[in-house]
Amino acid sequence: MDFLGLVWRWLADPNHWQGSDGIPTRLVEHIHLSGESVLIGAAIALPAGIALGHYGRFGALAINISNAGRAVPSFGILVIAFQVFGLGDLPIVLALTALAVPPMVTNSYVALREVDPDIREAARGMGYRELAQVLRVELPLAVPLIMAGVRTSAVQVVATATLAALIAGGGLGRYIVDGLATQDYVKTAAGAVLVAALALATELSLSGVQQLLVPRGIRLLNAPVAARATTFKVA
Amino acid sequence: MTARVFLESVDPWINWDWLSTHIPLVLGALGEHVELTAIALATGLVISVPLGVAAHRSGGLRLAVLGFFGAFYTIPSLALFALLIPFTHLSGTTAEIPLIGYNVLILVRNVLVGLDAVPRDVLDAADGMGYRPLPRLLRVELPLALPSIFAGLRVATVSTIGIVTITALIGLGGLGSLIDKGLVENFHTPLVVATILSIALALVADLLVAGAQRVAVPWARPV
Repeated sequence: MDFLGLVWRWLADPNHWQGSDGIPTRLVEHIHLSGESVLIGAAIALPAGIALGHYGRFGALAINISNAGRAVPSFGILVIAFQVFGLGDLPIVLALTALAVPPMVTNSYVALREVDPDIREAARGMGYRELAQVLRVELPLAVPLIMAGVRTSAVQVVATATLAALIAGGGLGRYIVDGLATQDYVKTAAGAVLVAALALATELSLSGVQQLLVPRGIRLLNAPVAARATTFKVA
Repeated sequence: MTARVFLESVDPWINWDWLSTHIPLVLGALGEHVELTAIALATGLVISVPLGVAAHRSGGLRLAVLGFFGAFYTIPSLALFALLIPFTHLSGTTAEIPLIGYNVLILVRNVLVGLDAVPRDVLDAADGMGYRPLPRLLRVELPLALPSIFAGLRVATVSTIGIVTITALIGLGGLGSLIDKGLVENFHTPLVVATILSIALALVADLLVAGAQRVAVPWARPV
């Protein structure tokens, strides 16, 4: 049987869909690790990026943090976190969070900076207080770019979470790493298919969320936002 | 076990004695890293410029190229390595195909942004001066797109250097092999040295590309 057929057989085998090394368990582990890291990262990065963008301060820092983040090898950071904190989810989530922060800071900074100064003036003239101006005028206009940053981060976190298996973590990367270790390349390829599918699903579903969150008036402008998102790939 | 715990507690982040006796190993890994990166960047550039020019001419090709490489870019490198092993085995090809594909997306996008931004007036002036399509492309459009292409090249360079550390997992060397050594032997020095060298290499390479941009495009200063 040709190789792709073997991979398909592996994926369709009911034995691989149950137990602690089954696909559902590994998928949940993967989503859990990634989701936690993106949420913590967003809780840190979005308020910081939005505040910096609103006040227009520390722009060089907000932009260069993504350049610096790209230079950090995700594999090295994961292993260092593992040697400092030992086994468990903590080192994985810490390393993934660190990778999730830079694109979200940069994108939310740029998003707030790109709000038309005339619109800010108009909001102030209409008597909006500062917080209301940010929440009700600037943020809705900034949503497309901010969400593009969240999407970029999430896809990279899902990709890097694959490497968690190297430091004894769970997730779909287990199949790839275990397959490589035992030269079971069918298992490796099956794991790779699952990881690739999850990464694409993350990208597509967050694009959907982005579409839903963008106010209708802005959607009608049909700005090519995706192309302006920070390019960020670490795994 | 107790001995191991004891050893761990005294293992410094960088053991200078180990480092001083293993300089050839470290330099060898650095050399492999540079080589894998250079091939991925050079090949990416050779594919991207013509592809970007063609996609600039045809809207259908633009959508197809951005769609295909956009999806490719989303797939984690380790997954692509794993998928390619049965076909290209544990070879340089297995490492380079994903790295080149990622670079093609970054570079094609920047070629398109650069070409799209060439002002209509400039094109009209070039036509008025009697430029034929190919000379106009080579002497007017591409030079004006160079700052954008260089910006893409800088992003591609730094990203590639980071991702090349992962190629060690399929046995291709580079600085990632030292990270792997640190992980397997539970020994900090190779891990920390390789991570620092990878970051340093990315920063130096970024400066070199920015320097090349200054020479090639003196009218547009890199940010």
